[in-house]
Amino acid sequence: MSIDRSDVERIAHLARLELNEQDIPAYTENLSSILNLIDEMQQIDTDGVEPLAHPLDAVQRLRADEVTELNQRDKLQAVAPAVEEGLFLVPKVIE
Amino acid sequence: MFEKTLSELAQDLRNGTVSSVELTQAFIDRINRCDSEYNSFITTTPELALQQAKAADESLAAGTAGPFTGLPIAHKDLFCTEGVKTSCGSKMLDNFESPYDATVVAKFKSAGAVMLGKTNMDEFAMGSTNESSFYGACKNPWDISRVPGGSSGGSAAAVAARLTPAATGSDTGGSIRQPAAFCGITGIKPTYGRVSRYGMVAYASSLDQGGPMARSAEDCALMLNVMAGQDSMDSTSSAQPTEDYTASLNNSLQGLKIGVPKEFMSADLDSAMAAQIETAIKQLESLGATIKEVSLPNTRMSIPAYYIIAPAEASSNLSRFDGVRYGYRCENPQDLEDLYKRTRGEGFGSEVKRRIMVGTYALCAGYYDAYYNKAQQIRRLIQQDFMRIFEEVDVIVGPTTPSPAFTIGEKVNDPVAMYMEDIFTLSLNLAGLPGMSVPCGQVNGLPVGLQLIGNYFDEARLLNVAHQYQQNTEWHTLSPVTA
Repeated sequence: MSIDRSDVERIAHLARLELNEQDIPAYTENLSSILNLIDEMQQIDTDGVEPLAHPLDAVQRLRADEVTELNQRDKLQAVAPAVEEGLFLVPKVIE
Repeated sequence: MFEKTLSELAQDLRNGTVSSVELTQAFIDRINRCDSEYNSFITTTPELALQQAKAADESLAAGTAGPFTGLPIAHKDLFCTEGVKTSCGSKMLDNFESPYDATVVAKFKSAGAVMLGKTNMDEFAMGSTNESSFYGACKNPWDISRVPGGSSGGSAAAVAARLTPAATGSDTGGSIRQPAAFCGITGIKPTYGRVSRYGMVAYASSLDQGGPMARSAEDCALMLNVMAGQDSMDSTSSAQPTEDYTASLNNSLQGLKIGVPKEFMSADLDSAMAAQIETAIKQLESLGATIKEVSLPNTRMSIPAYYIIAPAEASSNLSRFDGVRYGYRCENPQDLEDLYKRTRGEGFGSEVKRRIMVGTYALCAGYYDAYYNKAQQIRRLIQQDFMRIFEEVDVIVGPTTPSPAFTIGEKVNDPVAMYMEDIFTLSLNLAGLPGMSVPCGQVNGLPVGLQLIGNYFDEARLLNVAHQYQQNTEWHTLSPVTA
């Protein structure tokens, strides 16, 4: 299956990735050849096969509903790009 | 000293032939002297290492030392290390000092290990060559015009170049076994869930597994003793009890049943390498094993299935890199969307962007059944193939890679050619099975890796087979450098 430039632009937008204009043709070509490789899967008959999500078919473990996290806000926010009074700063969202 | 294994160095530390501080200083000096040629470390931590070595010497003197006390190792740069840069080979995390330790790192710390530094890797562990690292390609010590493999290429190169006796790695589609094969060292990817993933930067969560990379199976067993075990911080870590992985190393291989998949000994395999693999299999036979041809008919399908599942999980995992809470942030964002897009566009390299886009595409509304669900069904078929074989044999043996290390730049613009190189390693991750790579020969002066595949939680048996092979061969002792 091959995809075109507008598909790449749409996918990049969904993934919130800005691409350089000059790189788009190469991405279009690479992604098309990757999707061609992936389409080989369609040769295999998988009717009635149960999908495998976890190698050992494990399910999510439960634990007691107790607070175990320590409050480490200052330490965790020390690596943030922009913080003020314990809040992460982002560009204005609501007009 | 640089030619010694962890097990030998542990003995020397106990005898007092060398102190941990002396050992650590010698490796620090050697890294400073030699690593400009290989680029195998992203960060070195000499001060921290000497501090840890000093504490180890005190514990050795006081008689409170454990088997790992005072031994130097390096960590792949995707294991979070408190207060030390954890870049994952990416510009996105170039400024990231983790506020906490990964469970694997914490376990080595409490075992008394000394951390020499953090090793180079493909960006976010996405690659088979180490060329996608933001910090530049790492070089193969056997031939510096060639790749060390990836994604744990820095760990493999550092061990091969005798810059550290051992290192941690992680394996999502072959990232421990393939670089181990290319660099002539020994590595084991444990069963999915055997080693905690807490604090190991996520690529594809249903496939990722950390493991040891060292110069012998015995050293890998020593490391796995430290690394393995259930962790309350990783709900996918297994409750299966751990064992002493060194205890069965000396068991005889008499009566061991080995399966050789015909799809691995096929046209995909370099013919000179095939001869080396066959010789290794004969050697295992002479040690008492019986050999049987088996079939993994869906081997080829592991490539498309993996290249849907891993990118799909990656596209979700890597959505956390948004320029808000940690890591890189673009300059002067105009609005929130601009902040996200430019941060991610500037912070990620091209292979990471490709995989995020493949994953995003595969998970788009309307495509889920055709791609992700189909891949998970093929995953089940691959697992069933293995389970059928393990009713008849104890261990599966074959090549780790189709060819020896290729040259830097050879496949960098052709992702599909690159993905084909993973044909013998991907199926284990899809099935969650443990696998090893052990040096078993050379082609034109480049190492060849023998892959051993075991049933779930059969790490001790794999290490036993590898150790017995290494007791009777010299390949794992060959060195690309004069230390």
